[in-house]
Amino acid sequence: MSATSDAALQAAPVQKARGYWATVGRRFSRDKVSMVCAAVLLAIVLAAIFAPWLGLADPYQGSMIRRLRHIGTPGYLLGTDELGRDMLSRLIYGGRLSLLIGILPVVLAFGIGTSLGLLAGYLGGAVNTIIMRTIDVFYAFPSVLLAIAISGVLGAGVVNSIVSLTVVFVPQITRVAESVTTSVRNLDFVDAARASGAGAITIMRVHMLGNVLGPIFVYATGLISVSMILASGLSFLGLGTKPPEPEWGLMLNTLRTAIYVNPGVAALPGVMIFAVSICFNMLSDGLRSAMDIRN
Amino acid sequence: MTLIEPLPEPILEPLADIGGPAQPLLDVKNLTKHFPVGGGFLAEKKTVRAVDDVSFSIAKGETVGIVGESGCGKSTTARLLMHLMPRNAGEILFDGETVGGTLGMRDFRRGMQMVFQDSYASLNPRLTIEDSIAFGPKVHGIADRDARALARELMDKVGLRPEVFANRYPHEVSGGQRQRVNIARALALKPRLVILDEAVSALDKSVEAQVLNLLTDLKREFGLTYLFISHDLNVVRYISDRVLVMYLGQVVELGPVDEVWDGPAHPYTRALLAAMPALDPDQRTQEPPITGDPPNPIDPPAGCRFHTRCSFFEPVCAEVCPALSPVAGGAHSAACHMVIPGSGHSRAPQSLAPKAGDIAGATP
Repeated sequence: MSATSDAALQAAPVQKARGYWATVGRRFSRDKVSMVCAAVLLAIVLAAIFAPWLGLADPYQGSMIRRLRHIGTPGYLLGTDELGRDMLSRLIYGGRLSLLIGILPVVLAFGIGTSLGLLAGYLGGAVNTIIMRTIDVFYAFPSVLLAIAISGVLGAGVVNSIVSLTVVFVPQITRVAESVTTSVRNLDFVDAARASGAGAITIMRVHMLGNVLGPIFVYATGLISVSMILASGLSFLGLGTKPPEPEWGLMLNTLRTAIYVNPGVAALPGVMIFAVSICFNMLSDGLRSAMDIRN
Repeated sequence: MTLIEPLPEPILEPLADIGGPAQPLLDVKNLTKHFPVGGGFLAEKKTVRAVDDVSFSIAKGETVGIVGESGCGKSTTARLLMHLMPRNAGEILFDGETVGGTLGMRDFRRGMQMVFQDSYASLNPRLTIEDSIAFGPKVHGIADRDARALARELMDKVGLRPEVFANRYPHEVSGGQRQRVNIARALALKPRLVILDEAVSALDKSVEAQVLNLLTDLKREFGLTYLFISHDLNVVRYISDRVLVMYLGQVVELGPVDEVWDGPAHPYTRALLAAMPALDPDQRTQEPPITGDPPNPIDPPAGCRFHTRCSFFEPVCAEVCPALSPVAGGAHSAACHMVIPGSGHSRAPQSLAPKAGDIAGATP
């Protein structure tokens, strides 16, 4: 703690007014790595959305004579899959389902888990016990098994697999949120806020949220890749996406038989999952350090 | 009590003075806080007696100091008074009213505010200084614009130029400035009583002096009452009217600060004062005035809690807990058998007829 004399600071430059989130946005936009990752993600998302207008080959049209072409084959930029379908087209179209199934459960679980974790961590006592012990029940099952069980009960389909994946991720995010909240809750500024007469909701909104979101964010974005892989597992078992629907996880699964014949093509869906998840990770990392305005 | 200055719109009014000047602003009776420790599956359950049967009162416009070594229950007392943690027993009367009785919690929050020791931890790192100060008034229904105007006005009052500091974050200013922000934040609700929990202890000496002077000025300007908690005896003497010496969760001496400093009646107070470094080299002492660590509050000694370290120890000290009793020929009181007539201690003042009821019945 440095003690600068008050007189010295009289000459300090006058700062123009901006809010916390505006400051965070400015710091975030200056982070080169984050901006590159954001650009890559944006390109993938836009390509997936506007796929029908990109003049791509039909992702469902296969051919027995041009199966498993190598990457760079004329006419097939990224080769063809085990049924002779154009990989570039399938990867771009596959982004539609994969991104949805990768991101949506995490977003839903982030919302639910953060709320539950904040409540449990801030209120403590009986509320904490009820929420966290219920969460522990879900921890008793391996996440893959849990996802399969829930999907099995709900029936096959994309929506049901999103629901089941959300249920799988909520306990994990809740646990992270609860532990972060508990550590912030013991700081004096929360007591000062209580001493000013603010209610629990106001304190959580104004004083807790900004201080706990960072670590939860980073953890949640790491789950996006897990979500895609779990979804592919569900598809493999016939509980999620069904062939011939292009979806990265499912493609990875079906192409695994070709791993010795054409490893380049077989790895492509994995490369996409990897690229998307690492971009989300870097992005959340950048956002977290942008939110940590002390540095 | 008046508002700081005419503001665009009427801002928070201070709570009304109910009982008049004769009624203490804060009356604390038998305040007790025990923390359970251990008590796991098979472990024996124990309690830390952090605050044990503490009673005192603070008159309106007065500054009361609380001194004592680390772990004696000073900060726990502050948090109990602020109703930030539940107490096990005891009564806290704010201007004659109990919180939850005739005084609502929200109104009480406006009446009593606190400045914490750690100037950094007590400010939200993600709120600007202006936002931090304006938060309290907004909670009490003041419009955002008015709350910000009030915040800037208070920043001016505590010696921080609003145009320089309003949009800064806590990590961007020095410790002294942060503590000024905390003071402004506490004053934003127009409190009548401000608890200063080691508020200047972490500051450099020069900054400490500035903040102390600021506190004195603010007290005059806003008609405040202070409860000043510190382990720095010089600072307590400088700012307090009356002082309360705590040892292991209990009050051992209570009275006007000059009288206590000039004629300490409790051996612990004497030891505390003797531990102050002397400015005169001839007055230097080589031997410590008190030896050993304070006993474990989990299992406090029976009788007088200080008897394990007291040089005037006699058997009665280990048997009977001395009540806070008036010191002969003074306006202060001490909890020591040596001031209680007929207590059984050889140094106790002579009394006419020692009665058993004397000890238990003695009042502060």
